Amino acid sequence: MSQVDEKVEDLQDNAGDKYKYGFVTDIETEKAPKGLSRETVRFISAKKNEPEWMLEWRLEAFERWLQMEEPTWPKVTYPEIDFQDAYYYAAPKSNDDRPKSLDEVDPELLRTYEKLGIPLIEQQMLAGVAVDAVFDSVSVVTTFKERLAEDGVIFCPISEALQSHPELVRKYLGTVVPQSDNFYAALNSAVFSDGSCVYIPKGVRCPMELSTYFRINEAETGQFERTLIIAEEGAYCSYLEGCTAPQRDENQLHAAVVELVILKDAEIKYSTVQNWYPGNADGEGGIYNFVTKRADCRGDNAKVSWTQVETGSAVTWKYPSCILRGDNSVGEFYSIAITNNHQQADTGTKMIHLGKNTSSRIISKGISAGKSQSTYRGLVSAHKRAANARNYTQCDSLLIGDTCGAHTVPYIEVNNPSVMIEHEATTSKISEEQLFYTRQRGIDEEAAVALIVNGFCREVMQQLPMEFAVEAQKLVAISLEGSVG
Amino acid sequence: MLEVRNLHASVGGTEILKGLNLTMKPGEVHAIMGPNGAGKSTLAYVLAGRDGYDVTEGSISFCGQDLCKLNVDERAAAGVFLAFQYPLEIPGVPTMTFLRTAVNAQRKARGEKEMDAPSFLRLIREKSKMFKVEDKMLKRPLNVGFSGGEKKRMEVLQMAALEPKLAILDETDSGLDIDSLRIVAEGVNALRSPDHSALVITHYQRLLDYIVPDVVHVLADGRIVKSGDKTLALELEEHGYEAIATDAA
Repeated sequence: MSQVDEKVEDLQDNAGDKYKYGFVTDIETEKAPKGLSRETVRFISAKKNEPEWMLEWRLEAFERWLQMEEPTWPKVTYPEIDFQDAYYYAAPKSNDDRPKSLDEVDPELLRTYEKLGIPLIEQQMLAGVAVDAVFDSVSVVTTFKERLAEDGVIFCPISEALQSHPELVRKYLGTVVPQSDNFYAALNSAVFSDGSCVYIPKGVRCPMELSTYFRINEAETGQFERTLIIAEEGAYCSYLEGCTAPQRDENQLHAAVVELVILKDAEIKYSTVQNWYPGNADGEGGIYNFVTKRADCRGDNAKVSWTQVETGSAVTWKYPSCILRGDNSVGEFYSIAITNNHQQADTGTKMIHLGKNTSSRIISKGISAGKSQSTYRGLVSAHKRAANARNYTQCDSLLIGDTCGAHTVPYIEVNNPSVMIEHEATTSKISEEQLFYTRQRGIDEEAAVALIVNGFCREVMQQLPMEFAVEAQKLVAISLEGSVG
Repeated sequence: MLEVRNLHASVGGTEILKGLNLTMKPGEVHAIMGPNGAGKSTLAYVLAGRDGYDVTEGSISFCGQDLCKLNVDERAAAGVFLAFQYPLEIPGVPTMTFLRTAVNAQRKARGEKEMDAPSFLRLIREKSKMFKVEDKMLKRPLNVGFSGGEKKRMEVLQMAALEPKLAILDETDSGLDIDSLRIVAEGVNALRSPDHSALVITHYQRLLDYIVPDVVHVLADGRIVKSGDKTLALELEEHGYEAIATDAA
C-alpha cells in the first residue's frame, strides 16, 4: 500500500478511535459529510461564508454534474472512482494531526528534497510538518503583497477575493470555463476548495513573477483548486504554479480549473511544474489529476503562453487551451510530459482560432519510460472568420526502453481557406549508441539519460523563468531515475 | 600500462577476437592496422566496455586495474578515451554543456574537485584554438549538423579536454581532408607524454606520417599477427595485408 493510502487510512482510523472515546466533535464539525450532495455544497459555501450568488452558482454546477458522465475517451485507465466515498471539504489540519518533525516523514521523499537542494524550512512545509507560525517567509510574503498593492495588483486566495472583491469574481468566474464545460469542471465548480485570484489593472506590468510558492503556508488548496486571472487592457503578468518538489496530498482525486481572461493588448505567461505523487514503482497509489485550463484572448493583440512541465501524478488528463477571439491574438503551448513506471498522461492543448490573423504555436515533448503511456491530444480549430490564422505544431516523443508507449492524436478543423496549419511529429528512442557515446565520456548512465532528455526538451525549458528552469532540469533527472539499466 | 592477454571476445555469439595479445608501455603510441573485418573496431569497443561486446576469455589490465570489472563510464574516468569513427549527435545539448558535464563527471569519479565555469571556459578556449574549433560551434548542440571533419576535430578536442591516459582513435582519419588530418595528428602529438599513450586504429598508412608510432601491429582474423616498428606500416602499404598475414601464418 502506498504512503498516501496508508496515511489516509491512518487518519480515518484515528478519527474512528476518537469517536469511540467521545471527543470527536471538533474534528467532525470541520469536515463536510461524506459524499457529494446539495448539503455538501451548502456546507462548503457556508464554511467559506460565501455570498448567496456563489452558493447558487455552485448548486447549479452540482445539478449539471449529476447529469454528466465521466469522460472515457482519454487513453488512460484507472479503477472506477466512487464519488460518494470521499470527503469534499476538510478544514486545514490542526498541528496535532500533522507529522511532528521530518523524522516522521517518508525518507524517500526527504531524499528527493535533498537532491533538489530544498532548504529545511521548505521541506517541512512541503511535507506538511507542523511549523511555528513565525518563520521567514511570512515577512517575505507581506513585503511581496505590499509591493503588489502599490501597483493595484490583486493576488490572493480566491476565497479571500470572494469577500474583498466579490463583484470582480462574479463578473469573470465561469466565463472561460463554464460550470458544465466537462465532468470534472462541473465537479470543481460545485465543490472548489480554494485557489488564486489575480487581477492586473489596465496598463500595469506586474513587477514580479507571481508564484503560488508564496501561498504555500496558507490553507491547503490542492484538491479542487480554482484559479482566476484577469489581465486588463495592456497588462502583463507571469504566473508560476506548483513546485518541483514532490508534493504530498492525502486526496487521490484532483480536479482543478484555471481561467485566464486576457483583454486587448494584454499578455499572460502561465508556467506550471506539476509533481504530485505519481504512485510507487508498481503503480500503486498516486494522484489522479484531471485539470481544465483555458485562456480567453478577448481583445485584439492579446497573448497567452502556457508552459508546463508535467512529471507527477499517476493519471494526468489536461489540455490547457487558448481561445483566440481577438484579432491578431497569439496562443502558445509549450509542454514537457514525463511518464515513468506505471504513470499515464493524456495531455495536449486546444487552439481555437476565432479572430483574424490569429496565430498559435504548439511545442510538445513527451518522454515515456518504464511501463508508462503518454498521449499528446491536440485540437487546432479555425473558424469561418479566422482569416489568415496560422498554427505551427511540433510534437516529439522520446521513448526510453521498450515497455512504454507514446501516442499522438492531432485534430484539425479548418473552415477558412486562408488558414495555414503545419504539423510535425517525431518519435525517437534514446539509442544504445548515444548512451554508449555519452558514457564513454565518463558520464554515468542516469546522468547520460538526463542529459539527453534535457537536450530533447530544451526548446520548452527555455520558455521557463530562469530559476524554475534550473530546478526543472534537476527534476527531469530525478523523474527518470531507475528508467534504464 | 596496458596488458591484453589472450583476449577472446564475441558479438552476438560470434567470436571476433580470437586470442589477442597486446602490451603497451606508458607514453607509447601504437598503431593497429588490418583489413576490414579483422576486429579493429571490436577491439576498440571491447576496451571501452560497450554492451554486447562480451569478453569470453583472457584479461585486460590497465594501469594495474582489471578493466573488465569496470563499466563504460568507470573506464572513462580511469583514463580510457575512445575517439569514435562515427561520432553521435546529441540534439539540444550544447557542446560546451556536454564537455563540462563530461570533464566534471570524470573529476568527480576520481574524487577531484569539479571545475568552475570560468576556469573551464578558459581551458576550452585554449584547446579550441589548437583544433580550429570556433566559439559558435561550442554553442551548437553536439555534433548536430557538423561536417565529417568538424565531428572528428570535436572528438580530438574532447580528448584534449579529458586528457586520457589511453586514447584510442578508431579510424579517426577516415573521411578527413589533409588539413583536418594534420589538426587531428597535432592534437594527438601534443598529448603525447610519459603519462599519455595512444592506440591508433587505421586503415591507411597516411595518418602515421603525422603521428609516428612506436609500434605497429597487424590485426587479422581477431589476432595480432605481426608487430614491428614504423617501417611495418610502409611495408603493408607496399605489399598489402594479405601478403603479411599469410607470411605471418
